[in-house]
Amino acid sequence: MDSKSTDNAILLEGKGLECIRDDRVLFSGLDFVLGSGQTLLLEGRNGSGKTSLLRILCGIRLPETGDVTWCGEDIFSLGPVYHEHIAYVGHRDGLKLDLTPMENLAMARGLGSPNPDTSPEDALQRVDLYGFEDVLTRNLSAGQQRRLALARLLVTRAQLWILDEPFTSLDVYGIELAEELFQEHISRGGMLAMTSHHAVNLDSARVNRINLSA
Amino acid sequence: MNSASTSSAFLLLLRRDLILAFRRRAELMNPLLFFVLVTALFPLGIGTNPLLLKAVGPGVIWVAALLASLLSLESVFRSDFEDGSLEQFLLCAHPVSILVMAKVLAHWLVTGLPLLVVAPLLGVLLDLPGASIKVVMLTLALGTPVLSLIGSIGVALTVGLRRGGMILSLLVLPLYVPVLIFAANAVETAAAGLPITAHLSMLSGLLVLALSLSPLATAAALRVSLS
Repeated sequence: MDSKSTDNAILLEGKGLECIRDDRVLFSGLDFVLGSGQTLLLEGRNGSGKTSLLRILCGIRLPETGDVTWCGEDIFSLGPVYHEHIAYVGHRDGLKLDLTPMENLAMARGLGSPNPDTSPEDALQRVDLYGFEDVLTRNLSAGQQRRLALARLLVTRAQLWILDEPFTSLDVYGIELAEELFQEHISRGGMLAMTSHHAVNLDSARVNRINLSA
Repeated sequence: MNSASTSSAFLLLLRRDLILAFRRRAELMNPLLFFVLVTALFPLGIGTNPLLLKAVGPGVIWVAALLASLLSLESVFRSDFEDGSLEQFLLCAHPVSILVMAKVLAHWLVTGLPLLVVAPLLGVLLDLPGASIKVVMLTLALGTPVLSLIGSIGVALTVGLRRGGMILSLLVLPLYVPVLIFAANAVETAAAGLPITAHLSMLSGLLVLALSLSPLATAAALRVSLS
């Protein structure tokens, strides 16, 4: 764990968040706090605003009211400084199908702040895609592409992983692998904000659940 | 983030886009083919009177180049939008406008530069004198980057729409008009034996203006499109 990141220092906080989409209020007055080593698990029916909330946490979407702060500062005014600390895997994998897995990971590494401990090779090995480094991503299966998208999390030093349905198209083995990665990240003091239709196998003491349908 | 890693991100993205363009090179031929075909068919349509061709030639080349560049615009951000890469760019640890610059430069290198390369051949085809061909080249070299830069704003605004093509043309064409006017007029003026310094200064001015402002506008437009 980074010596600077004590439980108080690194903190993602949302206050009075409201999201309106097509004249429908998806959620309002939403508060949460996410500290080092904790997980924020969003639950709720389809269309209840889980993805919208994650996009607000990324800073891609603006909340109607309320604000999200990182270590006390508004994420929208922090801009790239905040983005250095997050990694996002959305509905779409964000991979270029005409690039090889290695090229995709090198790109993700260059755009974020590179993790000195994990090279793209290491990350590929970790998600069990070693041997595919020179195959075009187009030729990987959907599950393999998803694993590659998750490998992107490993090549930067991001503390906060924001994941939208990370288990989509993964098989049982892939889900186990993903949960292992999440557990490791959490135990290093990382933070996780995610949605999932599957039951997530994480240390429940450190999981904050928010149900958006309630 | 320090500037060294930002410039390496710029180069990384430039390289990535060039590799992607190379792996899909068949698509790149479309605008170039359009440019060549339109210009080559023109004499068949209006007759082969050399005087007539000399008079309309530069304008034809410029209009065809402008439309070819409009035709290829969508591809700047379309595929990145569809596979989610664009979200990753907005979430990267570098200013988005720098990444936009890299993308537009890569796009110009694979769509604008080829137009510049074949333009002299088309000039010969239309029987333009050597001096006019030189001016056409010069104006294309200054003008096509402006088209790409202005176009990127329009694409960024319309990339989220399902059928943005029509709106894109409406948005972008009025802004293309000054470039077309100064460029076409420069060729005419040069043919009359007058100096064209003023035209070239205007075009350079437009280029500097587009270079400095359009990446910021494009970055802001991308944020709007993705939110």
